[in-house]
Amino acid sequence: MFLANPSALKRGGVLGMNKRNIDYIGRYNPRKYYKRVDDKLTTKQLALANNIAVPDLIGTVSEQHGINDIPAMVNDTVGFVIKPSKGSGGKGILVVTKVENGRYYKPNGQEVTPSEVYRHVSNVLSGLFSLGGNPDVAIVEGLIQFDPVFDGYSYEGVPDIRLIVFKGFPIMGMIRLSTAASDGKANLHQGAVGVGVDIATGKGLHAVQFDKPIDLHPDTQKKLTDIQVPHWDMLLHTASKAYEMSELGYLGTDMVLDKYKGPLLLELNARPGLAIQIANGCGILANLRHVEQMPNHNMSVEERVAYAKIHFSANR
Amino acid sequence: MHSRKPFYILVALLFIAGITASVYRGIEHSVPFFPGKQVQSWAIDAKVSFQGTGEPSEVSFSLPEDPAYEVLVENATSPGYGLTITNNKYDRRAIWSIRSATGQQDLYYKVTLIPTGQEQLLAKGEPEAPTPYMWPATESAAATQATEEVWAKSATNLSFAQQLNKELNANERSQNIELLLTGNSPNKLFMRMLHNKGIPAQEVSGLFLEDQRRRQQLTTFVEVYNDGEWHLFDPVKGTQGRPENLLLWDRSGTSVLDVIGGVNSQVNFSMLQDTRSALATAIDVMKNDNALDFSLYQLPLEEQSLFKGILLIPIGVLMVVFLRVLIGIKTSGTFMPVLIALAFIQTTLITGLVGFLLIVAFGLMIRSYLSELNLLLISRISAVIIVVIGIIGLFTLISYKFGLSEGLTITFFPMIILAWTIERMSILWEEEGAKEVVIQGGGSLFVATLAYLAMSATWVQHWVFNFLGIHLVILALVLLMGQYTGYRLLELKRFKPLAGE
Repeated sequence: MFLANPSALKRGGVLGMNKRNIDYIGRYNPRKYYKRVDDKLTTKQLALANNIAVPDLIGTVSEQHGINDIPAMVNDTVGFVIKPSKGSGGKGILVVTKVENGRYYKPNGQEVTPSEVYRHVSNVLSGLFSLGGNPDVAIVEGLIQFDPVFDGYSYEGVPDIRLIVFKGFPIMGMIRLSTAASDGKANLHQGAVGVGVDIATGKGLHAVQFDKPIDLHPDTQKKLTDIQVPHWDMLLHTASKAYEMSELGYLGTDMVLDKYKGPLLLELNARPGLAIQIANGCGILANLRHVEQMPNHNMSVEERVAYAKIHFSANR
Repeated sequence: MHSRKPFYILVALLFIAGITASVYRGIEHSVPFFPGKQVQSWAIDAKVSFQGTGEPSEVSFSLPEDPAYEVLVENATSPGYGLTITNNKYDRRAIWSIRSATGQQDLYYKVTLIPTGQEQLLAKGEPEAPTPYMWPATESAAATQATEEVWAKSATNLSFAQQLNKELNANERSQNIELLLTGNSPNKLFMRMLHNKGIPAQEVSGLFLEDQRRRQQLTTFVEVYNDGEWHLFDPVKGTQGRPENLLLWDRSGTSVLDVIGGVNSQVNFSMLQDTRSALATAIDVMKNDNALDFSLYQLPLEEQSLFKGILLIPIGVLMVVFLRVLIGIKTSGTFMPVLIALAFIQTTLITGLVGFLLIVAFGLMIRSYLSELNLLLISRISAVIIVVIGIIGLFTLISYKFGLSEGLTITFFPMIILAWTIERMSILWEEEGAKEVVIQGGGSLFVATLAYLAMSATWVQHWVFNFLGIHLVILALVLLMGQYTGYRLLELKRFKPLAGE
């Protein structure tokens, strides 16, 4: 049959968009804390204040004429990333992996001309990528030297690790790998591969591309379920800590692994998508309900991570 | 989590109020539930004529008052006469008066009536007990005997009247009845025998409505009171009940026409049947009853047609909420499809779709040049708006030159919306490729088309304007859908891999 039986999805504990919006985001994410996650600059400052590692901040541009300062800012860097502070869904991110004699190159080797950079930042400042089209600030970040442990699993891009944190408990995780189809981006709707990982161990469980289960990476043909995320405990702790920092009950955390600095918090999301369920091959509702029904939420980060490892592992 | 009960009560109240208001509109004000419904109306001319004697004249003429018909328009023509319309307890009368009338006098009363479907004659109150008739000595014994015979065979006032009517029209009438009929007309005899038993009964005049009839006269009937209702009898023919197409002209029990200061008075009726729009009729009736006080119908026509458009928006919005929340279709810009659908209503669907695609395609081409110029966003969009206006002007001119009048309606598209659409599509194209542009643009056009189909249905347009209660129902539905936590239809496809083996 073409469509799934809704009662089968319900039995499988699959969270739908409407239920997510009303019963989780609406109930556990107070509106007043949204700017902590919707504004990446604020997130960055909060993270630094809470001793959470983030990618280097090279500078910010908030006025049109400030765009002219960018060449000076990035002159000594290996590469840099320009992103809108209030962007969503990976929109408006410009990645430059090579700076050579004042010339910039994208990950695929294509040159980015200064006028292209100028136009991109100008668009960012005008609010083209921000929610509601409000004027925005462009953030210039240092390039992440990504950990080679994922070599062969990712194509032309930085793999990132998404964890869903509910009331401070990491309850489901996946790693997102870019592909040729996703043009080096790690967004699943653009064709990136999502691999569900076990909360207890960080080991791959199940993989998906374009909402369909797959076994091998489409570009490198490596078996995706063999993947093992390093620094797993550190990742769980960072994600769990993001709860105290943001005060959002239903939270998506995006992290990357830097070769030198280890796990870095990239951004937080108050409206994390539902594809993580497909990547894990199971619904998220059981874990959400488990946390909701716990009599005592008053635990430290360590206790929460330990609890999650026992109760939310796929192999429990 | 706080209780959802007040919310559901609110939704239920909105729903009930909306349905009740609509049904009330339909039944109480006879606003038709379906568009294009026609009703029959009757235009009746009563011509009162008499010979003036040179003295002051006063003509009192009974006017129709029948629950089965409602007066839509009435007027009287009578040059030189003073006219008053009185409304007393028993009937309405037109009173014409003049200081001096000589020779043939013709007075006209015209009325347009529409059937109400209310065939019963409900009494306004308990009628007074009739005074018993004193029979002349020669008839007294026969009358008493005949009355008692029929009385014995009856149970109620009504069955007494029925039996009596039967007796008066039997093939072989009893000797008593035969005797009484020689001195009394059937109507009079019928009434007198009823009155002697204390049953209220009176003579009424009715007019048989026949299309294109002229010189029609009134026919008399007797109505008998029983249990709060009057029943019609025709003792001459021996029938009971209201014949089809009968209009009761006078129910006062007194005369139809009284002329003081004139001789040879008579009244003739001519009539014409007509069909007219049920909706227009209902509005006219409301106007007569002063029921328009708080209604859209009293607005000037221009504002009314404006509101006809505005009141369609809730339907489009409902459609968008349904397609997004229950089906899960993505559109670019939440309510842009509604605005496009509104434009489609002006342009018609095919012209609208072609026009939209042409403008967006041309706009995208021009936008790709503008993107080379590295303009600020605001001025770039402003440039696109101006270019869109140019494109619209160009297409309108071209289609005019080729004699395609459909092309002229392209001007109905909201230009700012088009400019933003072009801008967003262009960015989408640069970031995610042409495929995503087709998917999102197609989704928007699909939703716009569905919204258009819903909004352009004649019965929908009829309902949203004439039954304002429907908007409360739409509000209730939108609120309910805002509470829907179930799966969207497209999620059933998306999450198919999770549904288990």
